[in-house]
Amino acid sequence: MPHLFIFLSCFLQIRFILIQNRAGKTRLAKWYMQFDDDEKQKLIEEVHAVVTVRDAKHTNFVEFRNFKIIYRRYAGLYFCICVDVTDNNLAYLEGIHNFVEVLNEYFHNVCELDLVFNFYKVYTVVDEMFLAGEIRETSQTKVLKQLLMLQSLE
Amino acid sequence: MPAVSKGDGMRGLAVFISDIRNCKSKEAEIKRINKELANIRSKFKGDKALDGYSKKKYVCKLLFIFLLGHDIDFGHMEAVNLLSSNKYTEKQIGYLFISVLVNSNSDLIRLINNGIKNDLASRNPTFMNLALHCIANVGSREMAEAFASEIPRVLVARDTMDSVKQSAALCLLRLNRTSPDLVPMGEWTARVVHLLNDQHLGVVTAATSLITTLAQKNPDDFKTSVSLAVARLSRIVTSASIDLQDYTYYFVAAPWLSVKLLRLLQCYPPPEDAALRSRLTECLETILNKAQEPPKSKKVQHSNAKNAVLFEAIALIIHHDSEPTLLVRACNQLGQFLQHRETNLRYLALESMCTLASSEFSHEAVKTHMETVINALKTERDVSVRQRAVDLLYAMCDRSNAKQIVAEMLSYLETADYSIREEIVLKVAILAEKYAVDYTWYVDTILNLIRIAGDYVSEEVWYRVIQIVINRDDVQGYAAKTVFEALQAPACHENLVKVGGYILGEFGNLIAGDSRSSPLVQFNLLHSKFHLCSVPTRALLLSAYIKFINLFPEVKATIQDVLRSDSQLRNADVELQQRAVEYLRLSCIASTDILATVLEEMPPFPERESSILAKLKKKKGPGKLPDMDDSRRSVNGSTEHSENTDTTNKSSTHSFTDVLNLNSAPSSGANLLIDVFSESSAPPAATDVSEENFPRFVCKNNGVIYENQLLQIGLKSEYRQNLGRMYVFYGNKTSTQFLSFSSSVSSSDALKSQLNVHSKAVDPVIEGGAQMQQILNIECVSDFSDAPVLNIQFRYGGALQNIAVKLPVMLNKFFQPTEMMSQDFFQRWKQLGAPQQEVQKIFKAKHPMDTEVAKAKVKRHKSLWL
Repeated sequence: MPHLFIFLSCFLQIRFILIQNRAGKTRLAKWYMQFDDDEKQKLIEEVHAVVTVRDAKHTNFVEFRNFKIIYRRYAGLYFCICVDVTDNNLAYLEGIHNFVEVLNEYFHNVCELDLVFNFYKVYTVVDEMFLAGEIRETSQTKVLKQLLMLQSLE
Repeated sequence: MPAVSKGDGMRGLAVFISDIRNCKSKEAEIKRINKELANIRSKFKGDKALDGYSKKKYVCKLLFIFLLGHDIDFGHMEAVNLLSSNKYTEKQIGYLFISVLVNSNSDLIRLINNGIKNDLASRNPTFMNLALHCIANVGSREMAEAFASEIPRVLVARDTMDSVKQSAALCLLRLNRTSPDLVPMGEWTARVVHLLNDQHLGVVTAATSLITTLAQKNPDDFKTSVSLAVARLSRIVTSASIDLQDYTYYFVAAPWLSVKLLRLLQCYPPPEDAALRSRLTECLETILNKAQEPPKSKKVQHSNAKNAVLFEAIALIIHHDSEPTLLVRACNQLGQFLQHRETNLRYLALESMCTLASSEFSHEAVKTHMETVINALKTERDVSVRQRAVDLLYAMCDRSNAKQIVAEMLSYLETADYSIREEIVLKVAILAEKYAVDYTWYVDTILNLIRIAGDYVSEEVWYRVIQIVINRDDVQGYAAKTVFEALQAPACHENLVKVGGYILGEFGNLIAGDSRSSPLVQFNLLHSKFHLCSVPTRALLLSAYIKFINLFPEVKATIQDVLRSDSQLRNADVELQQRAVEYLRLSCIASTDILATVLEEMPPFPERESSILAKLKKKKGPGKLPDMDDSRRSVNGSTEHSENTDTTNKSSTHSFTDVLNLNSAPSSGANLLIDVFSESSAPPAATDVSEENFPRFVCKNNGVIYENQLLQIGLKSEYRQNLGRMYVFYGNKTSTQFLSFSSSVSSSDALKSQLNVHSKAVDPVIEGGAQMQQILNIECVSDFSDAPVLNIQFRYGGALQNIAVKLPVMLNKFFQPTEMMSQDFFQRWKQLGAPQQEVQKIFKAKHPMDTEVAKAKVKRHKSLWL
């Protein structure tokens, strides 16, 4: 019986995570692949351009260069995860939501300013849930427990 | 309210951030930043040693400034110093700075690695995680060199905490991606696989990601993970909702882990073991069943999580392509989603169904949804959804529905987004050609394409229609009539003028009998468009005119007048001028016989592959649509090239009118387009075999075997008894991708029976600056003197590269030392008396020998008696 093997890219992973506001200011940029500073800036601008023209009639997925972006808007912030073309869209869409729920819990009704003033802590939250371009931990309970523990350290 | 916790206030930072936010202009912001930079610089340089808190605060400010977009050229040293603090908050900032502002200063790297080493050894899980995260985030070669062997140990050690295991697994994954040659394989494979049984699902999640990546490169090594993954998945899928409390998300049990396990299973074919296979089938059925149950929650998070698992399960079902019931069920489920109110689901269903369309088990089931898909094409508001609908129509197209699908695609083309028109044009052209039973339909379709989207009809498309018309006697009259009618339109696209001009030039005689399309009428029609056309089109028209002179003597004078006019003979364009002059002259001096010979009807084109498919593939990129790949391969390494070669051979025996071998019965299943448009899978052209570095490998196993401006090939080999393993590293030295990368090993006939070399398949793409690894397994069957050759092919910037390298597999690699008493040795030595067993060769040394040095060397290698 011939097998229908779908070409699985070896590079199946998250490429970057971005949180941007509507004006295009970056509130978090986490890169899981080598880009130099100019490339990063260009990517940020492109993502912003691509994502802000979309509305409710569009899907939450958009083709982007050789990748795709899974994104969702929460109030004035766009949370974007750039993944490979054959990655699971809904899994990452909910990955974003899971992450947002953790931020919300950790910062007690998170708002954009929290991400600005506590930018260095946001990285800690990201690293608990995502690492090396993969999802690391999905249990909100576990993540929050760990974050609270870290919060108590000197 | 900004959350500020006790002890970690960094009020200074908060004030600074507020100041920046309050700046009214860019200039004010820069001024404030420069002021702060100066302040920090002076603090760092100051006589008073800074306490940890202050250092942390300033490094954090620098980081903030950097993230705003300003360059920071100091602070690295201080950040590295923070690593040696024993306070978590200080370490954290230090590591964060280093991860974001990666520096390649070797002294700093040494210090950073030192800090990491200490934290890894600290047995403090918080510190260990900071260190591991830093390695995972930076992933530099130096870090890989320093820690690649330590991390697996941390990962599998019994006393490692769960959260550290999670980080170690993913850290190892990162290192494996960037520096695969430094990550040791082998001894800990089994224990990594065993992590799938861990009771901490976070560890299992991380381990699954790691195993999936490793399994793609070495599926055999990780085969045992399949049964564990199935068992795990089964437990999750059948669990009651209270079982996995921490990992239940909106009433869905461990959705992300389920997706990862299903992804891991896609690295392997369906399990051979019947019990395992049936357990997996049960699992998949359960997932499909759940999709039909009433939802436990109305929240979109619940349905997304559930459907994430469902879509991945369907992907696995498609990948296996072995259970017809599952495939049909999957198709039906997707069919339901086609009309779901959520755009995301409709999009994903269309996308997923595209792959189902090429499976012979589900192709017919997919076709039943054609009307829905056509409707989607007309009504969907998101253009990307419409695009998926086009893709699906294309994938489900076969002889039974080709006419309808082409018609729908043409009608869609009229209002399609400009960005996707060219792709649709190519697809329509391919379908029309492939499924044409009646070539008049084909001609109509192409002319419609030109009419509707002329700007997007590339040369390949209209060359093709000409080729086909030339090669098919039965459609020539029809083509002439149709283009003639089409040209009547007041504003017709230039591509139509090109096609029309060419066809009328060749076959205008077939309609010249009718007074409405008499020679003069035809000529006037063409010439009326002349002045509107670009130079290449005019050149083509001029050729048509001279053909008319041959075909229709009655219009000779009229045409000659046109050619004679100044606007032709003195045309500014050299090509047009030349043609006008030469055609005019030809028409004057050539006898009718000579003219007829020169302008004889074009002979049929030799059969050749369609360049349209190649163009479409180039547009879509490699690997984007499964039905586009012409070298479909399994991750396990077998390619399906054999089918391609069969059809290339088949088509060569057909008559010349069957240019595209379209008369053969359309094959169902995977290779719908491949057997028609197979790219020739000819063996690589004979290239010089590089032997330059070959001799260097006699006594060593590792090193660079080949290097040019584009590619570096490195080797690392290990041998044991009669077996060898060679790791081949392909390094892309450029910043552009290598595409269609293939590498195979060939041996002379004699060598084939003496040495078995098995190579595992490689990815066809190597990213710029990246390195890819291939493993060769070697078995020495009997003594040999030849060497195998590594044949590499790839595309760089459009040009095909061919490289052949002699692989340094020599007989001495399989030598093993043995111990024996000198008596036994000399006994053996004396036995070697036959003439062919003894060889003596005297030659002049390249360099003079120093007796003392030579003596010392021999003394050192006394055991080497050959």
